[in-house]
Amino acid sequence: MTAITARSEPEIVAASLDHPAALALINRHRWRWWETLPWLAAIAFYFAFPDYLGFGTELLITILFALSLDLALGYAGIITLGHAAFFGTGAYTVGLLAFHGIWTEPITSLLIAAAVAGAVGLLSGFVLLRTRGLTLLMLTICTMALLEQAANMAHEYTGGFDGLPSLPIAAVFGYFEFNPLYPNTQFLYTLGVVLVCFLFLRTLIYSPFGQSLTGIRENVLRMHAVGSPVKRRLIICYAISAAIAGIAGALWAQTNEYVNLSVLSLDRAATVLIILILGGYGRLYGAFLGAVAYLALEHFLARIYPTAWQLGLGLLLVAIALFARNGILGLVDGLWRRLRPRRAAR
Amino acid sequence: MNDIRLETRGLSRHFGALVAVNAVDFKLGAGARHALIGPNGAGKTTFINLLTGVLAPTGGRVLLSGRDISGKAQAERVKLGIARTFQINRLFRGLSVLENVCIGMAERAGVAPAMVHPVGKRTDVIAEAMQLLATLKLEDIARHRVSELAYGRQRLVELAITIGLRPQVLLLDEPAAGVPSAESHIILDAIERLPADIAVLIIEHDMDVVFRFAKRVTVMVGGAVFAEGTPREIEADPRVRAIYLGQTGQREVHA
Amino acid sequence: MGFAADFAGIFLGGVAAGTVLFIVSVGLSVTMGLMGFVNLAHGAFAMFGGYLIVLAMNRAHFGFAAALALGFVATAALSALLERFFYRRLYRAGELDQVLFTIGLIFIFMAATIIVVGPESQTLQLPPQLEGQLNLGLVEYRTYSIFLIVVGLIIALGIWLVFERTRIGAQIRATVDNRNMAESLGINVDRLFTITFAFGSGMAGLGGGLGAEFLGLDPQYALKYLVYFLIAVSVGGLGSVLGVYYASLLLGVLDFALKLYLPKGGTIFIYALAILILLWRPQGLFGGKVT
Repeated sequence: MTAITARSEPEIVAASLDHPAALALINRHRWRWWETLPWLAAIAFYFAFPDYLGFGTELLITILFALSLDLALGYAGIITLGHAAFFGTGAYTVGLLAFHGIWTEPITSLLIAAAVAGAVGLLSGFVLLRTRGLTLLMLTICTMALLEQAANMAHEYTGGFDGLPSLPIAAVFGYFEFNPLYPNTQFLYTLGVVLVCFLFLRTLIYSPFGQSLTGIRENVLRMHAVGSPVKRRLIICYAISAAIAGIAGALWAQTNEYVNLSVLSLDRAATVLIILILGGYGRLYGAFLGAVAYLALEHFLARIYPTAWQLGLGLLLVAIALFARNGILGLVDGLWRRLRPRRAAR
Repeated sequence: MNDIRLETRGLSRHFGALVAVNAVDFKLGAGARHALIGPNGAGKTTFINLLTGVLAPTGGRVLLSGRDISGKAQAERVKLGIARTFQINRLFRGLSVLENVCIGMAERAGVAPAMVHPVGKRTDVIAEAMQLLATLKLEDIARHRVSELAYGRQRLVELAITIGLRPQVLLLDEPAAGVPSAESHIILDAIERLPADIAVLIIEHDMDVVFRFAKRVTVMVGGAVFAEGTPREIEADPRVRAIYLGQTGQREVHA
Repeated sequence: MGFAADFAGIFLGGVAAGTVLFIVSVGLSVTMGLMGFVNLAHGAFAMFGGYLIVLAMNRAHFGFAAALALGFVATAALSALLERFFYRRLYRAGELDQVLFTIGLIFIFMAATIIVVGPESQTLQLPPQLEGQLNLGLVEYRTYSIFLIVVGLIIALGIWLVFERTRIGAQIRATVDNRNMAESLGINVDRLFTITFAFGSGMAGLGGGLGAEFLGLDPQYALKYLVYFLIAVSVGGLGSVLGVYYASLLLGVLDFALKLYLPKGGTIFIYALAILILLWRPQGLFGGKVT
C-alpha cells in the first residue's frame, strides 16, 4: 500500500487537475456572460430614463452599501445592525471636509472617506469581534448610536439634526460638474465608483482570503483546527467592509451635496440588512436584486400608501424568515435545482 | 523512537473540584502508532483537547518536538505541526469535498491570506488536494457537497482535511465512530497508509482496530495513565480486564 | 436645599422612567435567557398592550385596574398564539432569521396601529387617586411616579420570588441552564416556553400602558425604545431579574438626567457605558455563563 504523499511530476499534476471538481474550482472566478448584464442595464437606464437618474444614483449607492454588508454578513457571518456607522463615517468625512472648505475634490475625498471608515472598522472590529451572538449585535448597535450622538453633540461642526446643506463638491476630473437638477454627472460618477468597488470585492471573494471567510462562516471551529488565524481574518474583513460602506456614504454625501444624522441611523442600518436578505446574502448579486426590488417597491408604494407599504414589508419579511431564508436568489436557486437535479456543489 | 515528537509532563486539567486529567506523563515519538483506550469519561478527549490547545492545562506542560506549547492557541499549534480529527465531524457542510480539503491546505501553504489572485490560480494546492482525495478514494465525489454525503464518507473527508495539513503529530479521536462497518475499512486502510514518519495517536474502543493498528497502547482511567504496553500485554493484563465489567477475554472493549 | 431638591427630582423621575423600562423589559430578559431567541418585537407587544389599556380607559370607560388587567391578558394571549404558530418554528433557525422575523412583526404591528387607531399619540387618563403630588419630606413628588416605583419594586420582588421559590421558577431556571437535561427530567419545555413568553409579553403590555406618560404611546413606540430595552436586557444579563432591574433603573436615571442637561448628544454616555460594560462582561452584569 502506497503512503499518502503528494507527487509533483507534471503529468500527474495535470491529470489530477483534469477532474471536473478541480476544473470547477479553477474556473470559478471566470466571468460569466450574464455578469455583464447589470452594468449594461445601468448604462441603458442612463439613456432610457433620464428623469430618474436621481433614483438611479440612490439605487447604485444602496447596492454598494449592501455589497459592503454582504462581505461582513454573507461571507464572514458577522451579524451586525450597526453598519450605518461606517456609511455615516464616510458621509460625514466628505461633509466636514467639503463644508468647512478643507477639501472638495471628489475622488480623493472618496479615498479619504474609505480610509477613515476603514480605520473605524479596524478599531471597532478589534474590540468588538471578540464577542459573539447577542452581545456582538448589541455592541454594533451601540457603536453606531454612539457615533450618531457624537455627531449630534458636535452640532457646531456637523450641523446636528439639520445637517450640513449645500456641500461644495468640486467637478469630477475638474470638468464634470455636479448639478442637482440634472444628475447626469452624479449617476455616471457613482456608476464608475460602484463598478470599481465591485471588481475589487469580486476579486476578494474569489481569492483564498475570501475562501477562508466562507470557511469561517461555515464552521469556525474547523477553521481554528486547520490553523487559520480566525480573529485576524475577521477584523481585516470587517475593516474592508467598513471602508466600502464608507465609500457608499461618501458617495451619498457627494451626490446629495448634503449630510445629516440620518446617515448614522438604526433605520438605515436595518434597511440595508433587509435589502441584503431580501436579495440573498453570501451570493454577491443578492445585493443587486434586493436593492432593485426594495427601492422600486418603495418608490412606487411608499409615496402613495406609506402605511400599506410598511404592512406589506412586514409581511414580506415574516414570509422570508419562515419560508425563504435565502432571499430571491435562494428561491431562484431552489427552482433551478428542481428543474435540473445535480449533486455537484455550487 | 529516539525522536520524541510529542511529550506531556504532569499534564493536568481541573474543572473546579473535578479532576479530568491527572498529572499525565506521555511520550509520542516519530513513526509512533499509539492507541489510547479507556472507559467513557476517562478523560481521553479532554487529554486530546489539552494537547491541541482547545483547553488550557491547569497544571503541567505540553511539548512539541521539545518546544513548550502549553500556552499556545489551537491555530498556532496546528501551524507548528499537530493536528486532530474530531469525534463528531467538523466539516464545511455547504462546500464541496475538494474545497473542504483545499481550505486547510491553503492555510498550511500560507496561501490563505492572499487577496488578489483567485483560488483557481493556485493549481499547486488544487492538484495536491485532488491527489490526496484520490489516495483516499474520494475523487469521484470530490465535487459533491459534504452535506449530501453518507456519514462514512464524511468521516473520511474529516480525515482528509487533517492529513492535508501534513502534520508531524496526528491525533485521531475515534475515527471510525458512527461509521457503518461496511465502510469502516476505508478509514482503517487510510490510517494504515499514513506516512511512516508521522506520530499517530488514536482514541479507540474497538480492540480489533487497536490490534491491527497500534504498536503501543495506553489505558487511561479517571484521567490518569492506568497501564501502558504493547496490545498483547494490555489485553493480558488482569487489572485492565477488571476495569471493564463483564470482561471474559473478548476483544471488544465496552465503554 | 435647591440643589438637593433638583437632584431628588431628577433621581425620582429617572427611577420612575427606569421602572417603566424594567416592567417592559423583564419579559424580554427572561424569554431571551430561556429561549435564546432574539425577540426585537418585544417593544411591539408593549405598544399593543399600551394601546389596549389606554383605549379601554379613554373610549370604553374601563376602570384603571380593569384596563391594566385587560392589557396584560390580551397581550399575553396574542403573544401565546404567535409563539405557538410562528416563533416556535424559528427556535432552531439562526439569529439572522429571528432578527428578520421580529423586524417584520414590528412593521406589521406599527402599520396595523396606524390603520386601526390612527397616527396620533395617545395619553393615559390617570385615575383621580393617582393624580397630584405626594409629600416625601425632602421634596414633593408626583403621586403617579411614586406609584410606578412601588409597583415596579413589587413586580421585581414578585418575579424574583417566583423564580427562586416556586416549582415553575425552578423549572425555568433549570431549562435556562441546560435545556436537554431539563427535558430528560420530564419538564415540558414547549409549554414552559409558551407560558413564559406569554407572561413576559403580558408584562410588556402592562408596562406599555403604565408608562404611557413617560415613554409616550404612538405608532413609533415599537422602534423608538427598542435599543433601550435591548441595552437593559443585555447589560443586566439575560435571565436575571435583578440584572434587568438595576440596568433599567440606571438607564432611566442616566437618560433622564442626560436629556435634561445635555439635550444634544448627551445620551452618548449611555452607549459608551453600555459598550464598556459589555466588553468587560459580555454576559451582562448579572448574567450567567456566556452561551
